[in-house]
Amino acid sequence: MIKKRFLVMSLTLVFATGVLTACASSKESINDSNTVEITNVSYDPTREFYESYNNEFNTYWKEKTGQEVIVTQSHGGSGKQARSVVEGNEADVVTLALAHDITLIEEAGLINEGWINEFKENSAPYTSTIVFLVRKGNPENIKDWNDLVRDGVEVITPNPKSSGGARWNFLSAWAYADNLYNGDENKIKQFVSKLYKNVIVLDSGARGATTTFVENGQGDVLIGWENEAYLSVKEHPEEFEIISPSISVLAEPSVAVVDEVAEKNNTTEVANEYIKYLYSDKAQRLAGENYYRPSNKTILQEFENVFDLNINMIKIEDFGGWSKANKDFFEDEAIFDQIYSQ
Amino acid sequence: MKININKRQKTMIKKRVIPGFGISIGITITFLTLIVLIPISSIAIYVSGISLNEFIEIITDKQVVSGYKVSFFCALIAALINAIFGTILAWVLVRYEFIGKRVLDGLIELPFALPTAVAGITLTSLYSDKGWIGSIFAEAGIQIAYTKIGIIIAMIFIGIPFVVRSIQPVLEKMDTQYEEAATMLGANGHRIFFKVILPEIFPAMLTGFGLALARGIGEYGSVVFIAGNMPYKTQIAPLLIMTKLEQFKYADATAIALVMLVASFIILLLINMIQSYVNKITNN
Repeated sequence: MIKKRFLVMSLTLVFATGVLTACASSKESINDSNTVEITNVSYDPTREFYESYNNEFNTYWKEKTGQEVIVTQSHGGSGKQARSVVEGNEADVVTLALAHDITLIEEAGLINEGWINEFKENSAPYTSTIVFLVRKGNPENIKDWNDLVRDGVEVITPNPKSSGGARWNFLSAWAYADNLYNGDENKIKQFVSKLYKNVIVLDSGARGATTTFVENGQGDVLIGWENEAYLSVKEHPEEFEIISPSISVLAEPSVAVVDEVAEKNNTTEVANEYIKYLYSDKAQRLAGENYYRPSNKTILQEFENVFDLNINMIKIEDFGGWSKANKDFFEDEAIFDQIYSQ
Repeated sequence: MKININKRQKTMIKKRVIPGFGISIGITITFLTLIVLIPISSIAIYVSGISLNEFIEIITDKQVVSGYKVSFFCALIAALINAIFGTILAWVLVRYEFIGKRVLDGLIELPFALPTAVAGITLTSLYSDKGWIGSIFAEAGIQIAYTKIGIIIAMIFIGIPFVVRSIQPVLEKMDTQYEEAATMLGANGHRIFFKVILPEIFPAMLTGFGLALARGIGEYGSVVFIAGNMPYKTQIAPLLIMTKLEQFKYADATAIALVMLVASFIILLLINMIQSYVNKITNN
């Protein structure tokens, strides 16, 4: 009796395991000659841009090869998206906020070394920078970073430890103070620390911070991406305006083909073309229309009425690259933590 | 003696109307292993990648400890409030007939169905000092969103169904004759509630309280929006876990999670023990 029961039990176990494994069948790529499917894993603020770009690219690719391209878009926090690709989210191309996030995918063995030189301009077809969004009429008279450390000014910015994009905000402020105090680290730290004392809500991501400032009416100034700021102004032209600081950063959102996945899905050619076409005049203008700065200098000039081209832009290389910057500023017990433990 | 037991076992098996103990326990074990046991033990495995000293260093970090405090404190307050108001809600839903009762009953589950992020964003816009509930409180000088009160409100929202749904069936089964008898014997309303009704529903209240508490401690999605997330003030422990993940520090994240898991388990165990103790008393 008991023997029989055990037999039934173990058979059920084996059966159930079998069923569950069968359920986890691998993703089949639709790859007949008429359609090709690729997945672009991107970050939050690019949603609107890639929506129009995918249409544009589809037309282009169809003319060239007769094939229909179906691009599946995925958006989320840049770091989270990178992690999902490392953990098996099958992206043929990644278009993320920071080169560092793509390096993490490279370290997992999914992207070939040297990706950053594979395409023009450090594999960054468009760039952005950090600006201030203030309430209409600029009641607090905010002109530059030093206005953000004044008593009583309420600042909204996400936590650089949980938001990749917010690291740029921190570094921009740092770059300003660095210039102001000629590299006196104590004074710079005091400046940045004072700025973060004025932060009233420390959201976990850039979109969350925008919601806090725009929808929930918190704070006097939002530090954020230029393209996001323009979208907010476009949506509520009567409520906000953009202030460009004297010093900011040149953020180069990087793009890459995920070689391993593309090879497996047989999409290497279309994935490469997808990224190459981002540098075409049409796509560059599209980026500009979506408030990303085109990396093509001539086309950037076409948008000189939109973007403030006089901002002194600091690059991540000035901080010794992302690995060093993360270690110096954002790791546990590093400068950012020190600011809050004081 | 031995024969006796065997006989009893045999009769027990024979007595079952529906056969299939083997199959059902097999499915149970497979299911639990795949869905619960393996994922939870993988937490322990991740943590085993770091030394004990590192582990202690991570979980005693000042920010982490303050995160635990915020999470546990707010979840406790929220669960207490839920235990009281959830009981009242369940009482109203069971004992009274009124128009729209079915709708109200259906609304109770809404917090489960709603994505937590949506709940968080909605609550924040309502309770911020510019929102239409928050602005009333703001005039009185009370800030709700971006403070601990905001965190508690989010936790009340996601925890209320647990209490109501635990108490409802008990109240439904409870015979009103007890209350009538107590009235006949001269007890006043106050006394009937505390001596007749409360002992009956107390174990269910505890269950609801425990579930709401556990859920509140682990809640992330809705709380991050309303919390303000200021280190040492309104930063919850699950957010710290997310932050560690963002830095690809899987071991650190799981270390923090393990402590929460163990603490929640102990709390639930304690509640279970109190419950069986209460049951014993009331049954006697």
